[in-house]
Amino acid sequence: MVQPMPATSSASFSFRGAFAERAKKELAKYPEGRKQSAVLALLDLAQRQNGKTNCVTDAAMATVASMLDMPRMRLEEIASFYTMIHRKPVGKYHLQCCMTTPCMLRGSDDLLPLIEKTLGIRNTETSPDGRFTLSKVECLGACANAPVVQINDDLYEDLTRDDMETLLAQLKKGDLTKNMPKAGSQRGRRGAEPQG
Amino acid sequence: MLKDKDRIFTNLYGQAGVDLPSSKKRGIWDRTAVLVKKGRAKIVEEVKASGLRGRGGAGFPTGLKWSFMPEHSPLPVYLVVNADESEPGTCKDRDMIRFDPHRLLEGCLLSGVAIGAHHAYIYIRGEFVREAEVLEHAIEEAYKAGLLGKNAAKSGYDFDLYLHRGAGAYICGEETALLESLEGKKGQPRLKPPFPAACGLYGCPTTVNNVETIAVVPTILRRGAAWFSSFGRENNHGTKVFSISGHVNSPCNVEEVMSIPLKDLIEKHAGGVRGGWQNLLAVIPGGSSVPLLPRTLCETALMDYSSLQELNSGLGTGAVIVMDRSTDIVRAIARIAHFYKHESCGQCTPCREGTGWMWRVLERMAEGRAEVAEIELLLQVSKQVEGHTICALGDAAAWPIQGLIRHFRSNIVKRIEARQLAERQPVAAQ
Repeated sequence: MVQPMPATSSASFSFRGAFAERAKKELAKYPEGRKQSAVLALLDLAQRQNGKTNCVTDAAMATVASMLDMPRMRLEEIASFYTMIHRKPVGKYHLQCCMTTPCMLRGSDDLLPLIEKTLGIRNTETSPDGRFTLSKVECLGACANAPVVQINDDLYEDLTRDDMETLLAQLKKGDLTKNMPKAGSQRGRRGAEPQG
Repeated sequence: MLKDKDRIFTNLYGQAGVDLPSSKKRGIWDRTAVLVKKGRAKIVEEVKASGLRGRGGAGFPTGLKWSFMPEHSPLPVYLVVNADESEPGTCKDRDMIRFDPHRLLEGCLLSGVAIGAHHAYIYIRGEFVREAEVLEHAIEEAYKAGLLGKNAAKSGYDFDLYLHRGAGAYICGEETALLESLEGKKGQPRLKPPFPAACGLYGCPTTVNNVETIAVVPTILRRGAAWFSSFGRENNHGTKVFSISGHVNSPCNVEEVMSIPLKDLIEKHAGGVRGGWQNLLAVIPGGSSVPLLPRTLCETALMDYSSLQELNSGLGTGAVIVMDRSTDIVRAIARIAHFYKHESCGQCTPCREGTGWMWRVLERMAEGRAEVAEIELLLQVSKQVEGHTICALGDAAAWPIQGLIRHFRSNIVKRIEARQLAERQPVAAQ
């Protein structure tokens, strides 16, 4: 999906603390003269460090470009090619509802309207308070645990409408980033073992 | 049915620990040095003899692929493991990674020896954040225990392994797109030839293999080619992890012998079709890229490359998507068409334009808003996309639609005619 160019601006950007260490570690994975390989890792780190809007700011783009010796334009191309690199602000909770056939067969078409209604936002929108972003996404790769919704870094699997209602109610209650509802199967499965 | 003693993935369901000591209890990293010391030629020979074919979808014989790697290369040689699992229906690599990471790491070392690579990258899809954490931790454990790095597992072979995370693009599962992405570019497939074995990552000889392919290698070397090839029919040997999703009573991943009847797989492992076998409408037997099979063909289909090819479908990744009679089959395939529209990298015109066009027509057909003649047109367009693109995404977008028309044309026609009839009805006075 083409992501429009945002009007984000902040004075300057540099990787700090744990993020700087992590960035160094990522760069070390690639041979001499091939540091461009770390571009996805650095962009991911940049948007994680930017906890306010969870996206890559112009300043961060410039910093990463100079760190990797890449033209800014190449970076913009990459940011628009990969769905997980965000140039627009993303909410504190990013809900990604899988709509592909295996999830559709197990009821994802019921989950999406429920999320839309509860949060008052539609696909690609962020709530005015900046707490929630909703994305309709393609296969998340957990089809034997369908339907699945990814919330930030975690997959919530084997969802029913009731599960989703409970999850949304919890998320709406307050700041849960340190104490997210239990991820994984909501039917008590450890992985994708047959149940019953 | 596969006996427990013949299972390769003994922690597929996460019933035991994933750390190094627990993995060792499952026999992983057990005298790996002995296997490494068998040497390159012997390992390739053994894997060739086992009949192992690539588990990522294309089914190319693994040993043969390895033998394409140059004997002596002045350039570094790379092994790249494709963990960019995104084919709809497929969720096997994820569970191998999060529950049995060391099996994959040991496989990397041995496969690295087989192709003469001292460096390997595992490219994992970006959405698998937790899985990447597990893998990263396992790699650290292995380095600390001396199983990776200089003199890996005390075998005298130096082997470095790195994890690389993607960032959300299905196309990066195509091997040359994956290499582009690994080099820090947009994931757009390269023209072949040159093939990666000659010119891959950073222009160096490279082999790209699927997670499952790599993870079964240590067991093949331990138990022997004859053991592995005792499962399945000629040209379709070994065990395979199948993912079963959709309208079954108990969706799951399960390791089974190749060539197991599709019906057995669904009934014995996935609790059967919702509402019973008679309630089955169709099955997509190998991930979204392969044409569906209507129930009549499912009765006799065997889950292997040859049988499914004879039925004009394919084993693909071994991901079985089951659809019962409540399914709106046209919409189900339209969703798949939307998937390919979304994931087309945009490089080749037939795919970039064709996937969107086919999706829009299918969406209309799902509602009956089309002409009957358009079915033939859709088929024709799908044939113009198929085989006319750099990579196989164009084919993958075309095949499910061709399968739909092959087996459910009357269903689409009925829908169009019903709509036309309804529109011709005079509207009753209020």
